[in-house]
Amino acid sequence: MKTFAELGFPGRLIAVEGLDGSGKSTQIYLLKRWLELQGLKVFFSEWNSSELVKNATSKGKKRELLSPTTFSLIHATDFADRYERQLVPLVRAGYIVLCDRYIFTAFGRDTVRGCPQEWVRGIYNFAAMPDLVFFFKASLEVSLQRILEGRPQLKYFEAGMDLRLSSDPYESFRIFQGRILEEYLAMSTEFHFLVIDANQQIEAQQAVVRDLVAAKVDLKKYILHKPIPLSK
Amino acid sequence: MKPSPRVPLQTNPRRILVPRVKPRQFYGQGVPGMDLSKLGGKLIVVEGADGSGRSTQIARLVEWLEGCGHATVQVGLKRSTLVSEELDQAQQGNILSRTTLSLFYATDFADQLENIILPGLRAGRMVLADRYIYTLMVRDMVRGMDLAWLKNLYGIAVVPDVVFYLNVLPEELVERNFAKNQSLDFWESGMDLGLSRDMFDSFLQYQSLVAVKFKELQATYGFTIVDGHRTPEEINIELRKRIESILARK
Repeated sequence: MKTFAELGFPGRLIAVEGLDGSGKSTQIYLLKRWLELQGLKVFFSEWNSSELVKNATSKGKKRELLSPTTFSLIHATDFADRYERQLVPLVRAGYIVLCDRYIFTAFGRDTVRGCPQEWVRGIYNFAAMPDLVFFFKASLEVSLQRILEGRPQLKYFEAGMDLRLSSDPYESFRIFQGRILEEYLAMSTEFHFLVIDANQQIEAQQAVVRDLVAAKVDLKKYILHKPIPLSK
Repeated sequence: MKPSPRVPLQTNPRRILVPRVKPRQFYGQGVPGMDLSKLGGKLIVVEGADGSGRSTQIARLVEWLEGCGHATVQVGLKRSTLVSEELDQAQQGNILSRTTLSLFYATDFADQLENIILPGLRAGRMVLADRYIYTLMVRDMVRGMDLAWLKNLYGIAVVPDVVFYLNVLPEELVERNFAKNQSLDFWESGMDLGLSRDMFDSFLQYQSLVAVKFKELQATYGFTIVDGHRTPEEINIELRKRIESILARK
């Protein structure tokens, strides 16, 4: 699988991965602000799926209709929709595209649910590799603490309740997240993740992220040109 | 279609054939958590274009099988609880791009596989499938999707006991579609491919492309090709004979 740069696309795609509570969303937001304030063409891709796919996914989740296979496939559908309608056009138009999670989330989650690894990876092989992947590596306890502090209402699939790991949603979530972390660690070398120590302070992490982006992406190529006025 | 006289069903209630449970296989790695050794029943697939007579044949097979003492269950594309409604809407708007639509269909198939086909076989039923993964694969192949990608995707599917392909020439299909719906269907005419702006031309071209791709798959999947130009009764007799020999297999 090639990266967007290797495919000769003008834009670049930067993804962040990590457990819930690893602080990755904060970091990608700060990265976006930094790039924007330099006047660069940057786009933060939120998980905007089309209404249709969204309906089906939320119906499946609400009614707990999903098996590991259909869970995997409906999320692949959702990803394909976003990939074909949003990510590819943006990268082709020369944007730096920032993604909160990419295919590695699916690789980890679906494998933990028991789907064969080669099958899952085969399905996603229509997607190009990100040019950079930051992996925010926080200890399991830190991530769990951040998420579970407020005793949130954990959703059925989010807590991995379908895996029957425990009848207690919090306990199930702990075991589930632990397994996903193992998957991330196993993928880390294979997919050249840039590993960020997410137990550090926010500013320390952001400094590393910005340095790496500046070193690996020729930022001056992405300066946003003011549109030509239509009339004087 | 001309009505044809029904040949009396050959059933003998005192001698119901009890089929042997044979080991089953998935095309690829299958679905997680499924024990294949517990699957009895038979999976009978009928493939063919719209107007090839699939539903007529399936209806008659159901009647005959039940008469012979076998429990049946039917499946078809776009009938899952999970995504069938959304798939219908997607088709009407033509708003999803190729990979997305392909995966959406695969989701629909997987849902029915896990909730109808596999439980049906586990319960020892005759599962009659009005189309299977092959139609889905062929539609995508015609639209330029990679065959290796499709084979991996549909590696979840269980291998049927028999796949009948009702072969009807495109020229004949046109007439049957007009007789049934007074019009040609947008998707069955492959209008999204831009082969021709003329729907009639597009239909003929598209159905020929589909037939070519089916032949390509035939090499791998070994369909039983059935001449669909005969009367429904003649065709049904052929299907029953084949099914009888499958049920009698030692």
